[in-house]
Amino acid sequence: MEAAIEISGLSKVYASGHKALDGIDLEIRRGEIFALLGPNGAGKTTLIGIVCGLIRKSAGTVKVFGHDNVTSALQARKLVGLVPQELATDAFETVFDTVSFSRGLFGKPPAPAFVEKVLSDLSLADKRKSKIMTLSGGMKRRVMIAKALSHEPTVLFLDEPTAGVDVELRRDMWNVVRRLKAEGVTIILTTHYIDEAEEMADRVGIIDKGKLVLVEEKRDLMQKLGKKRLTLELAAPLAALPDELARFDLQLSADGSELVYSYDTRGERTGITALLSSLAAAGVRFRDLRTAESSLEEIFVSLTGRQQ
Amino acid sequence: MNTHAIRAIYAFEMARTRRTLLQSVVSPVLATSLYFVVFGAAIGSRIAEIDGVSYGAFIVPGLVMLTLLTQSVQNASFGIYFPRFIGTIYELLSAPVTATEIVIGYVGAAATKSVVLALLIMVTAAFFVPLQIAHPFAMLGFLVLTAITFSLLGFVIGVWADNFEKLQLVPLLVITPLTFLGGTFYSIDVLPPVWRAISLANPVVYLVNGFRWSFYGKADVSVWLCLAITFGFMLACLAVIWWIFRTGYRLKS
Ligand SMILES: Nc1ncnc2c1ncn2[C@@H]1O[C@H](COP(=O)(O)OP(=O)(O)O)[C@@H](O)[C@H]1O
Ligand SMILES: [Mg+2]
Repeated sequence: MEAAIEISGLSKVYASGHKALDGIDLEIRRGEIFALLGPNGAGKTTLIGIVCGLIRKSAGTVKVFGHDNVTSALQARKLVGLVPQELATDAFETVFDTVSFSRGLFGKPPAPAFVEKVLSDLSLADKRKSKIMTLSGGMKRRVMIAKALSHEPTVLFLDEPTAGVDVELRRDMWNVVRRLKAEGVTIILTTHYIDEAEEMADRVGIIDKGKLVLVEEKRDLMQKLGKKRLTLELAAPLAALPDELARFDLQLSADGSELVYSYDTRGERTGITALLSSLAAAGVRFRDLRTAESSLEEIFVSLTGRQQ
Repeated sequence: MNTHAIRAIYAFEMARTRRTLLQSVVSPVLATSLYFVVFGAAIGSRIAEIDGVSYGAFIVPGLVMLTLLTQSVQNASFGIYFPRFIGTIYELLSAPVTATEIVIGYVGAAATKSVVLALLIMVTAAFFVPLQIAHPFAMLGFLVLTAITFSLLGFVIGVWADNFEKLQLVPLLVITPLTFLGGTFYSIDVLPPVWRAISLANPVVYLVNGFRWSFYGKADVSVWLCLAITFGFMLACLAVIWWIFRTGYRLKS
């Protein structure tokens, strides 16, 4: 099946001479949620800007459902909705008017009932007649999302949609995103909340210094690169790690009540059996145990070599 | 043609006008009418007729032109500058609209507004001075053509300006002086030959004279030349706008 978005050899050099994107190749599948992760300045907003027609590319091609976004710009743009990173709204218009304006701009006939539904999905129904300038920042962001949804896009870009927003909006937004996905909308989001990508995305791309470092199914990624942690709750606290256990990658919690063992799921053996028998031999007993997969965050740090 | 988009932009711009009725309609009509009160009713009778037209009536076309030019430029430039300034331009740039559709929406709204203003001013003028319109269709034609041309110019200025000061620069420093020196208050035939020749380099002379001809059937220069110059200026503005959208000048990085 044809990709929703097909990016090849995409580069961007800004007038300042800064190379923001360097030979990006990326295919976004139809109907998936794709999370683009990367530190500040990695080029995420630039990439989105080029696909949506806000920024001129220096090299490469972008196709949206097969339509080149420059030579068939109108066909491509009809399909794409954008919620930019920066808050930018009108001031004097009402919420309803500004959302209806967006729908018209994208060539759709007026549909007051549909606009009302979009507004109520974003908890904006009671603000429909309010002037935008009277709204809080979080409400304005909801308005921007409503504007992007007003024209029923097939592909939706959300650039750092939850950066600095309240918990409620985050929750509403993910509900909307889940429903859009169920309706078949392709969603590309950038975020620096790695747990969000972990929770929402089907696939994850990591971009750093204008280059795509990695694109993976989220599940594969976490299994392939993930380390697991085994946490043992000890029956009695330990003052120090017994010498017999020194050969294992173990960490004792500050209060001595828990032992954490890190192991690589990719390894031939995990060393768990050996650990458990050594524990028994050393007379360390535990009450309970749990395992956890390492988060995307750790994967991210190990790939880009820095903290977000 | 994305007519829904054109309609959306046009309605958005007209709503802006309605919201600021006092400032955008009442105030220019009032300001211009003061001229008719002063020159028409008060001191006009002491100034000799020009080409058989009373002085108060003589200045009406020029003053209407003055408002038409400044309002067209201001409206259209603000209309496109403001979204750039507050960042909402992203939506216009990402929408499936062509340059033509964007220009029809913004320039159409700006021109509509200044034509309405001009008509209001003419109606007001009729209360104070003996106004006649010899060629009403030609008059409307000049009105609409000039409104569109200067709204196009305003659009260019709105894309070019990167602060509010530059936005005001052209109307204040170029259009108003050129209009005052362009035969609004006098026939350029009364000027010494050197100044008359210099005046002929002022494009507003042709706009004012073409327009005045449609009222009183007389002009200092050929009406066809007036028409040709207005068209020429419009084509120049269109060419600049075409270039802006082709290169993304000041719209896309
Ligand atoms: N208009 C611009 N002119 C010059 N450099 C820019 C411009 N916009 C962004 N950049 C630079 O390009 C790089 C990528 O920026 P951006 O795409 O916004 O990154 P991200 O969204 O991943 O934080 C940054 O180094 C940024 O400073
Ligand atoms: Mg960004």
